Amino acid sequence: SSAAMAALRGRALLAPLAARLRAGPRAPLCSAASAPPLYDVVVSGGGMVGSAMAAVLGHDIHFHDKKIALLEAGPRKEYDHMPDSYSNRVSSISPGSATLLSSCGAWDHICSLRLKPFRRMQVWDACSEAMIVFEKDDLDDMGYIVENDVIMSALTKQLDAVADRVEVFYRSKAVGYTWPLPSHSCDTSPWVQVELADGRRLQTKLLIGADGHNSVVRKEAEIKNIEHQYDQSAVVATLHLAEATDNNVAWQRFLPTGPIALLPLSDTASSLVWSTSHDHASELLAMDEESFVDSINSAFWSNINHSDFIDTAGAMFRSAISLLRPSGTAVRQLPPSVAKVDPESRAMFPLGMGHATEYVQHRVALIGDAAHRVHPLAGQGVNLGFGDIACLAHHLSAAAFNGNDLGSLKHLLKFETERQRHNVSLIAATDVLKRLYSTTLAPLVLLRTWGLQATNALPPVKVRI
Amino acid sequence: QLSLFRFTVKRPFSTSHSSVDSKEIKKFQLLAHKWWDEEGEYAALHSMNDIRVPFIRDTLLSMSSNYDLGNPLSGIKILDVGCGGGLLSEPLGRLGASVTGIDPVEDNIRTADQHKSFDPVLAKRIQYKSSSLEEIVEQSVETFDVIVASEVVEHVADLETFIKCCSQVLKPEGSLFITTINRTQLSYVLGILVAEKIMGIVPEGTHEWEKFVPPEELERLLESNGFSVKSVKGMLYNPLSGSWSWVESTGLNYAVHAVRSGARAQSHATDSPLQTDRQQHSAGTAG
Repeated sequence: SSAAMAALRGRALLAPLAARLRAGPRAPLCSAASAPPLYDVVVSGGGMVGSAMAAVLGHDIHFHDKKIALLEAGPRKEYDHMPDSYSNRVSSISPGSATLLSSCGAWDHICSLRLKPFRRMQVWDACSEAMIVFEKDDLDDMGYIVENDVIMSALTKQLDAVADRVEVFYRSKAVGYTWPLPSHSCDTSPWVQVELADGRRLQTKLLIGADGHNSVVRKEAEIKNIEHQYDQSAVVATLHLAEATDNNVAWQRFLPTGPIALLPLSDTASSLVWSTSHDHASELLAMDEESFVDSINSAFWSNINHSDFIDTAGAMFRSAISLLRPSGTAVRQLPPSVAKVDPESRAMFPLGMGHATEYVQHRVALIGDAAHRVHPLAGQGVNLGFGDIACLAHHLSAAAFNGNDLGSLKHLLKFETERQRHNVSLIAATDVLKRLYSTTLAPLVLLRTWGLQATNALPPVKVRI
Repeated sequence: QLSLFRFTVKRPFSTSHSSVDSKEIKKFQLLAHKWWDEEGEYAALHSMNDIRVPFIRDTLLSMSSNYDLGNPLSGIKILDVGCGGGLLSEPLGRLGASVTGIDPVEDNIRTADQHKSFDPVLAKRIQYKSSSLEEIVEQSVETFDVIVASEVVEHVADLETFIKCCSQVLKPEGSLFITTINRTQLSYVLGILVAEKIMGIVPEGTHEWEKFVPPEELERLLESNGFSVKSVKGMLYNPLSGSWSWVESTGLNYAVHAVRSGARAQSHATDSPLQTDRQQHSAGTAG
C-alpha cells in the first residue's frame, strides 16, 4: 500500500499495535477443544446501557444464530412488583430513546409499569428573568421521566425473552482482558480473552464496554480519557407537591451554585435533581425535612439573586424583541411548590465530565458513560448512551448480514465517527453552559440572559436543541 | 500500439489441458501469508467483499423461496474456486453456507485453514483443499448449488475448460458467480499501470493484461457451454476511500451471474461466420 493510504489507516494500525507493545499476557495458543467458550459479542456491564445493548442485539434478526454474553458484577434483581414509592434515581428519556427501547420490546413493559410524559420544559436564570421554554407544537410528548428501576425491570424481561441467544452472567465481574494481535500475524488466538473474578474465562469476537465512567475496559485498552471532576454534587430526592396538578412540565432554574431541576413523576410527585457545591449538598442531606423543603421552594421562587441593573437590561431586551417578533416571548408558567420530601429518598453523588479519545479499537467498542460522561443539567446522559446503542447496533447488524468479522475496525470506526461527531458538540456545549451559569458576574449574566432570551425568540434554533 | 494488442492478442500457449498456470502459482506463493492483513497487499480484495458478498447473497435470496434473514445461505453448498486465503469463503460461511474452497497454491490453503480454525462455526462449515478445478471434477459431479470464481478467470490458462468444469460440478439450475477484469485500454492504464506500478493497490506482477477477459467473450463462452447469463454489472474501485461500488460501465472490473441450464451441458453450434472464426481462433491457441 502506498504511504498515503497507510497514513489514512495509521490510526487503525497504531492503536492496537501500541496496546500490544506494553506489558500484558499474550493470548495463549489453544486447541479448539480446550479453548474457553467463544462468543460473538460480550457486553461488559449490566446497567441500563449494557442491558439495552444486549437486548437490542438479541432481538436483531441478523443475530439469530449468534452468541451474546452480558457480564454484570451485581446480583440479578427481581422486579416482580414495583414499590408504591418512587425511586430517587430517574432519567429523562427522549423520544429517540423510547424508539430504541420499543425496538427490543422494552417500551411496552415500561408503559405498563409507570412513566410520566412531559410536554414542556421551562428553563430560567435565577439572576435575571431570562427564560427559555421548549415545547412541541404538535401534541406529542417531549420526553418521559422514568425511574431507572423501571427501565431495568423492562430490559431484564426482554433479555429473558431471548435467553437462547443472550446469556446473562450475574455476579460476574471481569477482572482481566487480553487483547489479540491484529489478525494477520496470528498463531495465537485472534479473539479477546476475558477473565472473570471466579477464574472462569470467555473469548469473544467483539467486546463492548458498557461499564460506566470508571470503565475497566477503557482502562485496560489504554484508551485516553479526558476527564474533569466538577466542584459539584447532585442531590436527588422524591418530592410531594403542595397540590395536585397536571404536572407535565419539566422545570430547571439556574442558580449561581448550580441548576435545580424538578422532573414530574405523577400528578402529585416530582423528582429532584439539584446540582450544587459539595458543601451545600452535604448540608442539604443533613438538614431536617422541613428545612430541606423550604430550601427547594426558595430556590425556585426567590429573587434574591436579581440585581436592578440586570433586571432593567433584561426587560429592555425583552421589549426590543417583542417589537420585532411579537410572538417571540412565551408565557411564563409558575413551577409547583413542594410540600414534603419522601423520607430516605435523599442522596447525593459527585459530578464530573469525561470523554474517551477513542470509542473503538480492534475488537473493542465503548458505549454509554464508559465513552462519555456529562453534567445532568441537559438531561442527556442516558440518552447519549441509547443513541450509541442505536448506532452501534445498526452497524453490527449490517456487518452480520454481510458475513463480516464482527470485531473488524472497518465498521467500528464508522460507529465512532458518527457518535463522536454527535456527542462531542453536545458534551462541550453542556460543559460551557455549566460554566457559564456558575457565576453572578454581571457581564456573563447579561450575556447568557440576552443569549437565552434571543434563543427563546428564535424558533429555528430552539427546534435544533 | 495498444489498439493493435486488442485485436491480435492470443491467449498464452499452454501445454496442458489444465486451467492452472504454473507461473501464476509462483506469484501467489510469495504472498501467501499476507492474505489476512486488511490493510496490506490484499486490502482491495477485503473491501471487495462489501459488494460481492451482498451481490451473491441477495441474488441467491431472490431465487429461493424460504427466507431466513438470520441465516440467509443456510443449506446452500458453495464451491469457491481460487479461494486464496479464504477471504470470500469466510463471509459466505458466516451467512450459513457449506463452503468448499479450492486453490492450487498449497500455502494459500494452509493460511486459509489456519485462519478458520479458531472459529468453531466456520471450521465446520468450510473445507479447504489444495487442488485445481479439474482435479475435483470426478468426485464432485453435480455437487454444488453455487460456484464463485472471484478474481480468478483472469489467471487461468484455458478459460473454456474452466467453464466446462464449472458446468460439470454444478447442479442443474445452479448459479455461477464470476468477478474479473475487462481487457481494454482503460484496464491497462488503470488496472496495470496505476494499480500495480504507480499506486500499489495490487501487488506488482499480479495481473497480465493479455489474460484479462472482455465480458462479451466471457458471455459467449458461458452461453455456448450450457449457461444462461443473467446479469453483468460493472464494478469500480475508489483508491482514496478504499471502497468498491457498482457502475454502469464494464470497462474495468465487472461481475457476472450465470445459471446452468436444467438439461445436461451441451455446446451450442452457432451459425454466424464471425463466431465460427473466433472458435477456430481459440481452438488453435488453447493447446
